[in-house]
Amino acid sequence: MPVRWSGPAVAGAVIVALMAALAVAGPIVWGDAAERIDAGAILQGASAEHPLGTDNLGRDLLARVLVAGRFSLALALAATLIGAVAGILLGTLPSVLPRRAARLATGTVNALVAFPGLLLAMFTAVVAGLGARGAVLGIGAAIAPGFARLTQTLAATVAGADYVSAARMLGVPRRRILSRHVLPNIAEPLILNLTQALGGALLGLAGMSFLGLGVQPPSFDWGRLLFDGFSRIYVTPEVALGPAAAVALAGIGFNLLGDALARAAARTTVRKAEEPPAPPAEPDEPDPGAVLDVRDLTVTFPGGSNPVRGLSLTVAPGEVVGLVGESGSGKSLTAAAIGGLVPYPGKVTYGRLHLGGRDVATLSDKELGTALAMVFQDPLAALNPALKVGGQLAEVAVVHEGASRAEARRRAVDRLGQVHLPEPERRAAQHPHELSGGMRQRAVIAMGLMGTPRLIIADEPTTALDVTVQRQILRLLREVVAETGAATLFISHDIAVVGQLCDRVVVMYAGRVVEELPADRLAEGAAHPYTRALIASLPGLDTDRTRPLAGIPGTQPAPDQVGPGCAFAPRCSLATERCTTERPELDAHGPRQRVACWEVS
Amino acid sequence: MPDTSGLETPGTVTGPPFPPPGRAPEAVRRAARRRARVVVRRAVRFAVSLAVLLAASFAMIHLIPGDPVRTALGPTAPVELVEARRAALGLDRPLPEQFATYVTNVLSGNLGTSFITSEPVGEVIAARLPNTLALALLATLLALPAGVPLGMWAAVRTQNGRNRGSELTFGSVTGTAVAVPEFLYAIGLVSAFAIGLGWFPPAGKAGPITYVLPVLALAAGPVAMIARIARVETLRELGKDYVRLARAKRLPARRLHLRHVLPNTLTATLTVCGLLLTSLIAGSVLVEFVFAWPGLGLKIVESITQKDYPVAQGVILVYGAIVLVVNLAVDLLLGALDPTSEIREQS
Ligand code: SF4
Repeated sequence: MPVRWSGPAVAGAVIVALMAALAVAGPIVWGDAAERIDAGAILQGASAEHPLGTDNLGRDLLARVLVAGRFSLALALAATLIGAVAGILLGTLPSVLPRRAARLATGTVNALVAFPGLLLAMFTAVVAGLGARGAVLGIGAAIAPGFARLTQTLAATVAGADYVSAARMLGVPRRRILSRHVLPNIAEPLILNLTQALGGALLGLAGMSFLGLGVQPPSFDWGRLLFDGFSRIYVTPEVALGPAAAVALAGIGFNLLGDALARAAARTTVRKAEEPPAPPAEPDEPDPGAVLDVRDLTVTFPGGSNPVRGLSLTVAPGEVVGLVGESGSGKSLTAAAIGGLVPYPGKVTYGRLHLGGRDVATLSDKELGTALAMVFQDPLAALNPALKVGGQLAEVAVVHEGASRAEARRRAVDRLGQVHLPEPERRAAQHPHELSGGMRQRAVIAMGLMGTPRLIIADEPTTALDVTVQRQILRLLREVVAETGAATLFISHDIAVVGQLCDRVVVMYAGRVVEELPADRLAEGAAHPYTRALIASLPGLDTDRTRPLAGIPGTQPAPDQVGPGCAFAPRCSLATERCTTERPELDAHGPRQRVACWEVS
Repeated sequence: MPDTSGLETPGTVTGPPFPPPGRAPEAVRRAARRRARVVVRRAVRFAVSLAVLLAASFAMIHLIPGDPVRTALGPTAPVELVEARRAALGLDRPLPEQFATYVTNVLSGNLGTSFITSEPVGEVIAARLPNTLALALLATLLALPAGVPLGMWAAVRTQNGRNRGSELTFGSVTGTAVAVPEFLYAIGLVSAFAIGLGWFPPAGKAGPITYVLPVLALAAGPVAMIARIARVETLRELGKDYVRLARAKRLPARRLHLRHVLPNTLTATLTVCGLLLTSLIAGSVLVEFVFAWPGLGLKIVESITQKDYPVAQGVILVYGAIVLVVNLAVDLLLGALDPTSEIREQS
């Protein structure tokens, strides 16, 4: 659980360290000055001699603020310890009590957490009476529920761990499991959270004393000094300043440090950042009739990783091109790059990226928004859960074509009907979660039809759907292409689906195109060892096709680990010396087919 | 063109796929029942909490060490007076009877009589509660429209780790703002704007202008808190597919953020607001003290200091009840607002 020492965390640590030093040294250094009564200097404002003024006995307020640090921190510490111990006991109760009592304990904690701490503190203050003791007990009581909740949450996580299950199966008593296994494992996050609680206790106690409910004279803490200073705020506002600054600084310091520590505590289960996937490619002669014409497309991420490198691709009107590869081959990032949707740190460069014969950089949002249709894998995620289906379709027309709401809505219903969504009127008025998976995907496709799509980019559009629905969606895509004449880039890991749907297949591996061939040649004509492996790994038609490469040992190299040679070499049975040192270019291999492999051409 | 209509079975809804209009399909009825069950469960929880609260406020007086009346009246008070008070409070009866009387009284609106002023506690509270609620509500109404856009703006600026500097600044500023307790804001505002510049009256409640400083003091922390939460929520939404699709549609940034992202961040923000409202009600105790605001908070401080136990007991009971009511309201509101809650209840 490493703590990230960002600027704020360091500032917090420094402030807390200063506070601790003040608590130790303050009374020793300034103790006498704080108690020295000076009848000639009563209730003074700021002066050179008394920078923060004096109190009703003429005692120097700066010295008193500096001295009060120890008492304030000590009280806060006491309250925190009381709260933490009570909270941890309360929080572990559910793991040792019988089930019913455990539920009661959990319920109590949940109810108490919802109560503002100050309210609990007031309750205790009534019972325990005015004074430091009552305030400390009260703030302790206010802190306890939070700790109880934290303990419960942490203990529940640990209780699910294998070693606890094992101990339980071995018949280890619950109390022993708690003390031997659970508590030691949650101790660290609990301790890290103490800092935050300490800051809260300090502020809470200052508040109680400020209200006159906490520390009573002749004792004094920061809150009490503030109470005294506040009564004089009209005459000498500066006397309230010192204690206020001390409280604020302490609160900020503990909070900043506590925040960093609590974050570290929460980071026990670190989520790995998702690596962007990687692709390949090869160019050929420019195609004047192509809807999509991509040359040397490269996507770069900071650190020099190129998940897509030098990819070239053309798609003709009405043509369906399948882009196949395992996850990490860069196929989805290629789609994102063409759609202008590469996430922030990624940079897209290209020799040419033409849509309908024009550079995409010169196209307006209106042109792009109506000419490009995108379909994603999970239609539920792709639709905005908060908006009605019809509205999400209609806005394309409203935003880009200035259509009236009624006209846009009419068109939306029409398009929903076009994709065979039953009862389009009713569906348009519903939210996405009220539709089935297949209906949602139809709605997304209909959204693409709101404009006049020239290019449809479908990124794994059927992967999240069940088999029957998959077939319907594929049929629908075919139909839409036939009707609109749009070019389609169909991205999939599933070479069988691609073979059924597409006219042409482009196979990607580690960011590059390794083979390009007509779909009907897939079965007999595939030449590249990787393509062949993909096809060979296809089992019967109705077995699970989600892991097409179960048969090939090894994995695809990460974008920054591709050597100078053929990226497939480590997994290739035909690989030679040359394959590891020199990269094969994409070369013609019979009519309408191109392959990047030394052993094939 | 193949006819594919009616082939698919809806995924989340069972029963006939396309029910004829007008007849509630089984699934809809089941969803309604599920919803009703949730409401009932929440209501039961509320009732139980209320009962516990009543018991706790009753117990409060009895937990005071020694004789509360003697403690309140002081050691010099004549024995007869103490005895008379004890009898008036019913403290000489058996505990169960006292509790029964207490519950009956509270339910009929009788919260006892002040030791100090002999006013009925119920009236005192009724006179002051609106002043406290006004502060808390105004502060919420101010914090929400200030905090949410701030957080969204920060999220859009710092998305995917761009503008690390802004992220750090935002984090430190809001982190600091959250850490400063409301009574320090109150004192700072009073010194600067009431005493220093003389723009606002320093204390009391007399007309709209007196609301300004207390509401600001109360709202400062929550603005930062809401901004932080709105930022996290917005960042999460910005990473979702529907935002990608909306980007693919080339929607203008304003529309993307306001129409698509904002509604999806509101559920979490509203939950926080509920909690915030309850903490604002508590926080108003300190702010009221600074501004001598005639609300419940000032009253409870007075009553504790003066050992006016019936008033303290009544005010704490009312505060507790407000917290419970607000939490119940937030729960029910979220259930009604979130279009996907139905699915979530299922799983
Ligand atoms: S170039 Fe070599 S390593 Fe690469 S696929 Fe062909 S034979 Fe295999």
